[in-house]
Amino acid sequence: MRLSGLEPLILNENSNFINIGERTNVAGSRKFLRLIKDEQFDEALAIARHQVDGGAQIIDINMDDGLIDGKESMVRFLNLIAAEPDISRVPIMIDSSKWEIIEAGLKVVQGKCVVNSISLKEGEEKFIWEAKQIKRYGAAVVIMAFDEVGQADNYDRRLEICKRSYDVLVNKVGFPSEDIIFDLNIFPVATGMDEHKRNAIDFIEATRWVRENLPNVSVSGGVSNVSFSFRGNDGVREAMHSVFLYYAIQAGMNMGIVNPALLEIYDDIPKDLLEHVEDVILDRRDDATERLLDFAETVKGSKVEKGVDLSWRENSIQDRITHALVKGIDAFIIEDVEAARLQAEKPIDVIEGNLMIGMNVVGDLFGAGKMFLPQVVKSARVMKKAVGYLNPFIEAEKGEFQQAIGKVLMATVKGDVHDIGKNIVSVVLACNNYEIVDLGVMVPPEKIIAEAKAHNVDVIGLSGLITPSLDEMVYLAKEMERQNFSLPLLIGGATTSKAHTAVKIDPQYKNAVVHVNDASRAVTVVGDLLNKKTANAYVANLKKDYDEFRTKFLKRGKEKSYISINQARKRKFKINWETSQIAKPNELGVQVLKQLSLKELEPFIDWSPFFRSWDLHGKFPDILTDKVVGEQATIMYHEAQAMIKEIIAKQLLKPRAVFGLFEANAIHDDDISVQKKGKEIAVFRTLRQQLSKREGIPNIALADFIAPKDSGKTDYMGAFCVAIFGAQELADSYKAKEDDYNAIMAQAIADRFAEALAEYLHKQVRTKHWGYTTDENLTNDDLIKESYKGIRPAPGYPACPDHLEKETIWELLEVEKLIGVTLTESLAMWPAAAVSGYYFGNPEAKYFGLGKITDDQVTDYSVRKGITKEKARKWLHPTIAEE
Amino acid sequence: MSNIHKALQDRILVLDGAMGTMLQQYKFNEEDFRGERFKDYPTPLQGNNDLLSLTQPEAIKTIHGKYFEAGADIVETNTFSGTTIAMADYQMEDLVYELNYESAKIAKEVADEFTKREPNKPRFVAGSIGPTNRTASMSPDVNDPGYRAVTFDELRIAYKQQVEALLDGGADLLLVETVFDTLNAKAALFAIEEVKEERNIDVPIMLSGTITDASGRTLSGQTAEAFLISVSHIPLLSIGFNCALGANLLQPHLEAIANKTDFAISAHPNAGLPNAFGEYDETAEEMGEQIEEYLKKDLINIIGGCCGTTPEHIRTIADIAAKYKPRPHAELV
Repeated sequence: MRLSGLEPLILNENSNFINIGERTNVAGSRKFLRLIKDEQFDEALAIARHQVDGGAQIIDINMDDGLIDGKESMVRFLNLIAAEPDISRVPIMIDSSKWEIIEAGLKVVQGKCVVNSISLKEGEEKFIWEAKQIKRYGAAVVIMAFDEVGQADNYDRRLEICKRSYDVLVNKVGFPSEDIIFDLNIFPVATGMDEHKRNAIDFIEATRWVRENLPNVSVSGGVSNVSFSFRGNDGVREAMHSVFLYYAIQAGMNMGIVNPALLEIYDDIPKDLLEHVEDVILDRRDDATERLLDFAETVKGSKVEKGVDLSWRENSIQDRITHALVKGIDAFIIEDVEAARLQAEKPIDVIEGNLMIGMNVVGDLFGAGKMFLPQVVKSARVMKKAVGYLNPFIEAEKGEFQQAIGKVLMATVKGDVHDIGKNIVSVVLACNNYEIVDLGVMVPPEKIIAEAKAHNVDVIGLSGLITPSLDEMVYLAKEMERQNFSLPLLIGGATTSKAHTAVKIDPQYKNAVVHVNDASRAVTVVGDLLNKKTANAYVANLKKDYDEFRTKFLKRGKEKSYISINQARKRKFKINWETSQIAKPNELGVQVLKQLSLKELEPFIDWSPFFRSWDLHGKFPDILTDKVVGEQATIMYHEAQAMIKEIIAKQLLKPRAVFGLFEANAIHDDDISVQKKGKEIAVFRTLRQQLSKREGIPNIALADFIAPKDSGKTDYMGAFCVAIFGAQELADSYKAKEDDYNAIMAQAIADRFAEALAEYLHKQVRTKHWGYTTDENLTNDDLIKESYKGIRPAPGYPACPDHLEKETIWELLEVEKLIGVTLTESLAMWPAAAVSGYYFGNPEAKYFGLGKITDDQVTDYSVRKGITKEKARKWLHPTIAEE
Repeated sequence: MSNIHKALQDRILVLDGAMGTMLQQYKFNEEDFRGERFKDYPTPLQGNNDLLSLTQPEAIKTIHGKYFEAGADIVETNTFSGTTIAMADYQMEDLVYELNYESAKIAKEVADEFTKREPNKPRFVAGSIGPTNRTASMSPDVNDPGYRAVTFDELRIAYKQQVEALLDGGADLLLVETVFDTLNAKAALFAIEEVKEERNIDVPIMLSGTITDASGRTLSGQTAEAFLISVSHIPLLSIGFNCALGANLLQPHLEAIANKTDFAISAHPNAGLPNAFGEYDETAEEMGEQIEEYLKKDLINIIGGCCGTTPEHIRTIADIAAKYKPRPHAELV
């Protein structure tokens, strides 16, 4: 292979391993990302120069980040590099998952560069087209071992995909074989999972096969992945990289991304460490991972991480413990707690003394708004670790654990699966020394009652996200009243509100009911409720407050007036079906998306809700520079990025998606008949606004966006369900390590991926499968603002609050059978990180809120749907206007 | 195999010499440049040599004839600046197709005459594609190194138009020459590939770079070998260098690439370096001696002249070339 910058780079059989510099990669270097984001191009160029000076023979440049305009940044940076002969002397590797960025890069580089990467992921046609373009631009190409089915993760799949890619490139495209570089996917070993055991050796053996059987090609890879599970132990990582390279290079790997700072000389690896590492890399023993893990404890990193200020370690024990709690640093807490224990009379004194002093500082700072929720959750993690260490000592001494100041039962109600908010509240309360009895999700009321009694708890906290959960909460309040409970009841979760709590729940229960709208309030509320001296007065005030609120709210409700459903239908949203553009989908019927990569979804993530789930309010990306929460938001953002990176590297979450596009016509005003070749296969029932409105303002139902049967036109609509699997398992794995912070983080990230997948899929549908817009060129920001044509309303949300329609979607798309997403009895989706809904493609279709409806529509709806009025009332309950 | 490939097997092919140098002898004034047709054109037109294909076609024809007469196998069309980008200086973007088409047609007529006269020595027309007056990988503004006065796509579109017109007018091959910025050349090659694909034809392409100074690099900073690598993705008829240097100074750069490529090698150096008056004064004999060095070293398949060279130079070069065998290259084995 021959490449060029200002100077040539020749690779042949005699060449040494080619080292690719990767610090100019926004995905791999936070610093570089920050510089690009802040347009500090001089410093960004300095990084590139440093790489070349340090011996990088190719520099990899990647601008794939949601925060920056990747195409613009790529072009700008490459243009600037072209003006720096000491950088541009080496060839460029244009690294992006987006073709438009790759192509923009190819258009500004005079030398022969390398494209990183393309693959068969989206089929042969796209692959051939891209390869042909790359050839015409005069670049070499990295081919990822990835096809329509997925990423190659074993020996056979690597061979299969490489062979096929090679044949297509050489025979169909006429691509020069010496310009092909295979990236055979380096995955981590020693993860503890059996299926990862052969990750390194399979790569090495596949490399050997590729070099022997596919003439002239090169093999590359990102080496640091292999040691991912030993992050934090550079000593072991360095040895792993050396051993891996030692064997991979022998097998024919001739280029790769290696951080020279994280590489030990093979011969300098101590013999015992070498043996353990080789056992793992070459999968030589069944217990290799366990043995290396044990051994790793004795290996210290050979290089101290620079820039970490450890001067606080010089302070007194108490200061160190307080520092660790406030800063959420758990690295030294066991050491410090042990030191404190040796000084203390009794082990419990360490908890009641040292740790509580520290937690009080945390509490004060939190109360003063100087610490934020995520920080407190991190403090809790440190606290839990410390207490976990001390408990055996306390038990040994007097056979009992330390006393909590109160016991709180927490549960997500029956039929609901959402628990991020509940978990956050649990952690915050726990770190304020409350004992938490967490019953998890989908907890039936009788179990809540029974467990509350069994554990003799002081407070019950209920959480729920979907609207049917509101009724569950009302039911539980009634039950508590019936059984003469006196415990305070906390209400929280996204759909709950002070209004609902005051109007629906509070009247059912004569004791305290409190709506806790954010986790940071939970501590003070519970504290007030359990304070024996003031509790009575507090509760009395609370009841009075809710009573007043209720009266005011109900009065306000009555000021609104409604029109009958028949009148409302006459005022429907009118589209001129003679002139309206009806686009026939390119692909009718139901499809499952087979190859979905988290990496591809990442740019579609809308970050603002992520911060909201942590009580950090503000719009992304402005929130990162916000005066008050900016610093914390930035830290969280980076931590989330790091976790996403790990999730992607280890494929810890699995995206799945199904959708269908169908012929459709509106019938009987408010229903949509879904058809296949003219035959009805399903009917969606939509609800119509009934609020009395000004002249000229329509009363909309979703059915208005579909051509009615009597128009004589065939119209179309779609439905979809997407979900992210694996979040629960991932969160549980963190919880098992007492790491609630990352458990919650994992769930929040899964939720973001689910939304991103919905956004991604909608785009695919708009531009490809339905294809009514082909020239769409929207940034992620535009997507978040929903500035595209067509809508994707979801049952349970404002335009169609009726969750029952999910059942119709499930039948129509065979959701459970095809992608495994199930519905609970409350029609919540499981896994929880899921989105389902309809597609409407008419340019005039828009989002709207249904508002309240009246009894006549409920009756009408029950008749149309063929269900009892009672059932209809139950499901439409939250949207029915007060009589 | 097309005729030119066959001819390349048989002998060292001779390219013509300078068009500009020959036109200077006519001492055309503003009026001559304008002719009847552009009498009232709003911009000054003197110096727009490409325009002479329309306004003084006889002169162009005569010059082509003189070079064929002198022994050239290939003449270049009078289209060095025939792109919308270069023609913008004269506000003649709209004339680009016609200029290229007519220039190719004129050259082809002359070539056909000579081929008819000497069927054993077929003559060829190379559509000349110059570098334009803008660079895609350098900034004209020292204070803003990231700025570019022209983009790849602008170049690609402009080149495509030129290529289509040259082929329509009858060019047998295309000569992308005087490449001082490799990215410009890549845009030209991209455009040619597009045309080839759209028309389902194959067109021989000659590519010729320019090493601007003693550093041995192109204006955009590449070494000769890096330049070669950067353009080798397209099957070329030949690669080489022209302009900027005389034959002696060009030799090391030809040597740098000659044994690193399977393409044929071309050179059309200047008649030495310009003297104090900006004139090229190397004689045909002086130049011939230096070029003979190339041939002794088996460096060359196609040889001709650039600035300052005349039919006299080409005659001398052709006589010398006839005594040597062509450099062995892939097409010969």
